[in-house]
Amino acid sequence: MSTFLTEETTQVTDSAVSIRLSSLDTLESEAIHIIREVVAEFEKPALLFSGGKDSVVMLHLATKAFWPGKVPFPVLHVDTGHNFPEVIDFRDRTVERLGLKLVVGSVQEFIDRGELAERADGTRNPLQTVPLLDAIQQNKFDAVFGGGRRDEDKARAKERILSLRDEFGQWDPRNQRPELWNLYNGRHTVGQHVRAFPISNWTELDIWRYIERENIELPGLYYAHQREVFARDGMWRAVGEVSQPLPHEDVITKTVRYRTVGDMSCTGAVESDAYTVADVVVEVAASTLTERGATRADDRISEAAMEDRKKDGYF
Amino acid sequence: MSTDSLAAELETALPTTLFRFATAGSVDDGKSTLVGRLLHDSKAILADTLDAVARTSADRGFGGAGATGTKAIDLALLTDGLRAEREQGITIDVAYRYFATDRRSFILADCPGHVQYTKNTVTGASTADAVVVLIDARKGVLEQTRRHLSVLQLLRVAHVIVAVNKIDLVDFSESVFREIEADVQQVGRELGLGADGITDLLVVPVSALDGDNVVDRSERTPWYTGPALLEVLETLPAADELESHLESFRFPVQLVIRPQGALAPDAVAAGMDVEAYRDYRAYAGQITEGSVKLGDKVSVLTPGQDPRTTTVVGIDFAGASLEEAAAPQSVAIRLAEEFDVARGDTIAAAGTVREASADLYASLCWLSPKPLREGAKVLVKHGTRTVQALVRNVGGKLDLATFKLEPTSTLELNDIGHAQLRLAAPLPLENYLHHRRTGAFLVIDPLDGNTLAAGLVKDHPGDHEDERYSI
Repeated sequence: MSTFLTEETTQVTDSAVSIRLSSLDTLESEAIHIIREVVAEFEKPALLFSGGKDSVVMLHLATKAFWPGKVPFPVLHVDTGHNFPEVIDFRDRTVERLGLKLVVGSVQEFIDRGELAERADGTRNPLQTVPLLDAIQQNKFDAVFGGGRRDEDKARAKERILSLRDEFGQWDPRNQRPELWNLYNGRHTVGQHVRAFPISNWTELDIWRYIERENIELPGLYYAHQREVFARDGMWRAVGEVSQPLPHEDVITKTVRYRTVGDMSCTGAVESDAYTVADVVVEVAASTLTERGATRADDRISEAAMEDRKKDGYF
Repeated sequence: MSTDSLAAELETALPTTLFRFATAGSVDDGKSTLVGRLLHDSKAILADTLDAVARTSADRGFGGAGATGTKAIDLALLTDGLRAEREQGITIDVAYRYFATDRRSFILADCPGHVQYTKNTVTGASTADAVVVLIDARKGVLEQTRRHLSVLQLLRVAHVIVAVNKIDLVDFSESVFREIEADVQQVGRELGLGADGITDLLVVPVSALDGDNVVDRSERTPWYTGPALLEVLETLPAADELESHLESFRFPVQLVIRPQGALAPDAVAAGMDVEAYRDYRAYAGQITEGSVKLGDKVSVLTPGQDPRTTTVVGIDFAGASLEEAAAPQSVAIRLAEEFDVARGDTIAAAGTVREASADLYASLCWLSPKPLREGAKVLVKHGTRTVQALVRNVGGKLDLATFKLEPTSTLELNDIGHAQLRLAAPLPLENYLHHRRTGAFLVIDPLDGNTLAAGLVKDHPGDHEDERYSI
């Protein structure tokens, strides 16, 4: 069949063109289309950038979407105060390299002012919502790009590419706008804003294959390294300022890497000898655990943990 | 599989292509089980998810055993969604699922059938290369099947696969299957299947519960010699894989890239020739259809102006200069002449788009609880342009079971009907029958911004419209 070329080539016969796009090319093209739509239709977009792999891929896509111009929006980071120092360093270098403005919402400041309370389990991930909404309001952002993917969680599987949020940032899964063809409806009224998820249709493996193909730099802790860890909740937790072992938890040195990079207080490492991006691609392809199941304590709280956070305004 | 052999496989594997499909059917047809089976047997479900589902299955006393030797799990739970859905035992919205084989990556739009089936099916089908419609082998073709097929025909889904499920419950009877198959083909003929709508309609006997003919061909249906469902999905051509031509080249301009000195610092640091990009000006967008090459003659279509014809001198993508590009690539196009081109304009193959029109005749799939009334003021979003519009009249609504048009002056949630709209500015409208992207539009409520309807452009009455498309 002529439509099944056996390699990624282009055939030209008369005026007919047959370009066999790989799934990554198609996903990239879709994401860039969405990013450009949002920039064209909104007054003041921003991109949520944590230094995590999904947000790094998002920023990379944005640089490609507007090349040779610079990325035309600021990046926003909600700093839980419990971030890995090397990730904050990576964040700052990236912002500098691309000449971007960085807006930081600080969980610590909200706690210091008494507007947020530390949770009993020490996890700060769910606390990000309040500073996030505050930053969106203060800066009058009307669209915020996120690196959420539908394969991450069953609540995210029902998320729209453009997700309308009310004054409280709430997600109402029962009242979402139907999304048809590639026509995205971003209309919103005063006080509302839109979360945009251009990489909705990517899987974890797509992300890693793309990072490999595009040679994208990531924080080093995504790759295998030696680290002092202790076991808790069936995960390896790093020893750090905010993540101390209890007396019965033994500290050992292991070769680990992180599959997700979030708050140190709830993100676990996995044992791994994947030192390079190619190793990681193989590891992810062979993995028998979902990335959130393997590494996020906050998603183990209940079956609907993500759904509940999203309804409260989380990404 | 060892990681070494996996590594070797990843190394040699061709890049997979992307295939989008949707499922339509009700819970009773075993749709959730079928989707769960596809995900499970294609190994898209990881151990922790499977363990959780196995625990829940045991808690609920699920006794179904898989013929393929899997542990007794309720596969339908794999597609379990939100808390509200679990509590009420219903599915309220389209869910997207992902799985891959060696050949393809699949995006599955899982469309619930019970509530608001038209809204969900229209949404899922709008981007689908193929749709799988489920039928319960014990019940055969029902009114709902006719409705589904009718919507798919209207939306021009190229490939439809009817999965006759629960074939195990009719003792793998060939005669039952053949009868249903004949009924399906009869509905297809009534709908006028052909090159412009559903181009092919395949009927496959399956048992989602046991896995027969889902991923692998079953020995229990020796009379069925066709491919298993997944084989079909792996081999059908995706719309993007078809040959494309300049003739159908369409490129709605999203925005103008004109850095005027605000060049990307990383590119400059990497040695970009700053002088060469001082006056850079390109039109960014995604090719919605067809293809374009350097040197091709194209027209810039700006509403209210005559088409301006020029030549493509550059197809840029993130620092690469391309010789040609095709749908669905996102690129930036440079033109020989310095026209004033802006968002909302369309670049198309020269002389292929008819004059822009302010009179819009369309089929509308009404998706909102707020009904359509004649005289309503709405917004129409077409390509990258949004204009105001007045609903002049509603020309009838379609009885999806009989395919007949009934007189009405209003459209309500899940209705599909005809309407004529007057636009505040002319748009380069094209018949949806021939242009699945530039023939599509959204109807938006100007008050709250909600999407009211999916619109499919029809030819003006008096033009030579295809008779079959009287729906």
